[in-house]
Amino acid sequence: MSFLLFQISFGVYFLATVTYMAFFVSQKGGIRSLARNIFLVAGILHTLHIIMRCIEAGHTPITNQHETVSFFAWSVAWGYLSFRWRYTVKNFGTFVSLLTFILMIISFSSIKEIEPLVPALQSWWLPIHAFIAIIADGFLALGFIGGTMYLLQERELKKKRFGLFYYRLPSLDALDNLNNHCLTIGFPLLTLGIITGSVWAKQAWGNYWQWDPKEVGALITWFLYAALVHQRFTVGWRGRRAAIMTIIAFISVLFTMWGVTNFVGGLHTYGQ
Amino acid sequence: MGNDTIVLLGVNHKTAPLEVREKFALTAGYIEPLTILKKLECLKECYLLSTCNRVELLFTCDDPLGSRKEVLENLFGSQVTHSELDNFIYHYENEDAVHHLFMVSSSLDSMIVGESQILGQLKEAFRHASELKTSGLVLNKLLHKSFTVAKRVRTETKIGASAVSISYAAVELARKIFGKLSDKKVLLVGAGEMAELAAEHLVGQGVEEVVVANRTLENAVKLAQRFNGRAVALEEMEEQLTLVDIIVSSTGASGLILTKEQVKPVMRRRRNRPLFFIDIAVPRDLDQGINELDNVFLYDIDDLKNVVERNKAERDLEAVKAERIVGEEAIKFCKWLDKMEVTPTIVELRQVTDGICRGEMEKTLSRLDGLSEEQLKSIERMAQAISAKLLHHPMQYLKNEQVSHETKTRINTVRTMFGLNNRGNG
Repeated sequence: MSFLLFQISFGVYFLATVTYMAFFVSQKGGIRSLARNIFLVAGILHTLHIIMRCIEAGHTPITNQHETVSFFAWSVAWGYLSFRWRYTVKNFGTFVSLLTFILMIISFSSIKEIEPLVPALQSWWLPIHAFIAIIADGFLALGFIGGTMYLLQERELKKKRFGLFYYRLPSLDALDNLNNHCLTIGFPLLTLGIITGSVWAKQAWGNYWQWDPKEVGALITWFLYAALVHQRFTVGWRGRRAAIMTIIAFISVLFTMWGVTNFVGGLHTYGQ
Repeated sequence: MGNDTIVLLGVNHKTAPLEVREKFALTAGYIEPLTILKKLECLKECYLLSTCNRVELLFTCDDPLGSRKEVLENLFGSQVTHSELDNFIYHYENEDAVHHLFMVSSSLDSMIVGESQILGQLKEAFRHASELKTSGLVLNKLLHKSFTVAKRVRTETKIGASAVSISYAAVELARKIFGKLSDKKVLLVGAGEMAELAAEHLVGQGVEEVVVANRTLENAVKLAQRFNGRAVALEEMEEQLTLVDIIVSSTGASGLILTKEQVKPVMRRRRNRPLFFIDIAVPRDLDQGINELDNVFLYDIDDLKNVVERNKAERDLEAVKAERIVGEEAIKFCKWLDKMEVTPTIVELRQVTDGICRGEMEKTLSRLDGLSEEQLKSIERMAQAISAKLLHHPMQYLKNEQVSHETKTRINTVRTMFGLNNRGNG
């Protein structure tokens, strides 16, 4: 049942992405509102899928790659939907739906069996820690998209050659604000994610900090974002440099999420 | 009656030089010339438009050439010679007139294609005509249609969307950098005409403050007053860079007045808030290297011209689409006119046959006795059905645009066949 819901939401995300693409090319208002509604439906179906999966598995569905990446896609989608009501960034949805869909493809192609929970994960910290961390990652991903859009737009403005993006992307100011907005939500959540993780580590493994590869990855990520936040507030880093920093820091997020599990291993590696 | 001709006469920036247009211009407003036209017997309906680029008259009448002569005589007789009238005035009739009016209303005939001012001027002119009741059924419908055509062109093409002047292009770029301009400040370096024009556009977009720096302070003060801004000495420019966001430079200086090295420290003090330099001076005032700094954007006159050229090319493409829409709508309108033309004939035809039916019925029924109410009704219905069936094909012939004959010929044929032309005498 939950897998059926996954397949349906996968299909609807695909539809939303295609519609957003059509809007990006044609810039017709009617197509945009259609795309928005489809994307919203996909988000709702995806939420239902996660709830069903949670009931079927009996624990938070975040213990293997299929579940984690799907959860990540969900948080990107809802992070976007959450502040779409507050303010709109022109054509942001196209990029967000594309990233969400790519994540869903990765999730789709991973092993989907529900495995019993290893003893170390059987704790009520699992939902808390995992949920906070994944929401943080969602907002940081949105910041990454904003940074990419900033660089695309800035490039055309500097080179004075206006191609595909100049007319379609919003002003540099709006993109920089987006970057700032995502950072001010994402960074505190990331910090909270690390803190809850370390409290849990104390309970599970007896130590707050193990220097486990995943922990190290998270720490590096945290330092990168902390540096960006610091520079923003003290010397007013913004624009291009802030955008590049956001992208680098997000690559570190991805490495912590996948790279560690797939290439390095360590205590955090449970399912495949 | 329906077979009036729609005539459009006019001069515009394409057909006549300014000196000639000046003579045609109706400087005294619409009321006086419209009153003159209203008194002319030969015109059924009329309307006129006068802007700085064009004067156009639109009227319906029986006899186009005679009316043309009389109208021109009465309106321009004193100022304009006959040869000028013949050389510069364009003359369109019916479908061509409709097409031309739609071209004008959707700004395809304007000096700056796509500008939106013309629609407002057209509406203003129409308001006068309808207030003085010089426009009637046909012209009202035609002008209203021209407004909706303009709207359709505007929404379905991007003809009005792109910036086709240097100062407008500068504003568009500023918007892409800053988003909203309402909390931004502008520094004008040099008090020339170009700077003034650019400032006017930026102020029109609601910038917060205008600062003018000039070698002679007096000119700076004068220009600053125009925009309620303040004047500073040219030497203060670097200091001002920390306070303003957009710099428009247009001095007559022979060398650079600002280098990359001077701007770099400014960015630190500005906490990296973006700066947008617009260099419209020739030779250039600003160091090209400035554009390499982070969060700083420099556009010179050639860059802006490129933007304008690209926009123009795009707009020309859109104009093709717009003209197709205009053509489509003109055809639709003419079909409506055609229908208008045949309507009176159809009405008359029905009257005639109804009359015959009623007459013959009375004659026959007076001779028949003992018919029930029911039977009387059926005979009446039968008579009506026969006349309707007989009229069916002539009606189709009248209404049918596919028939190769012109509407006028078709009307004439039917009228002759049914003797409508010599009705009323007998």
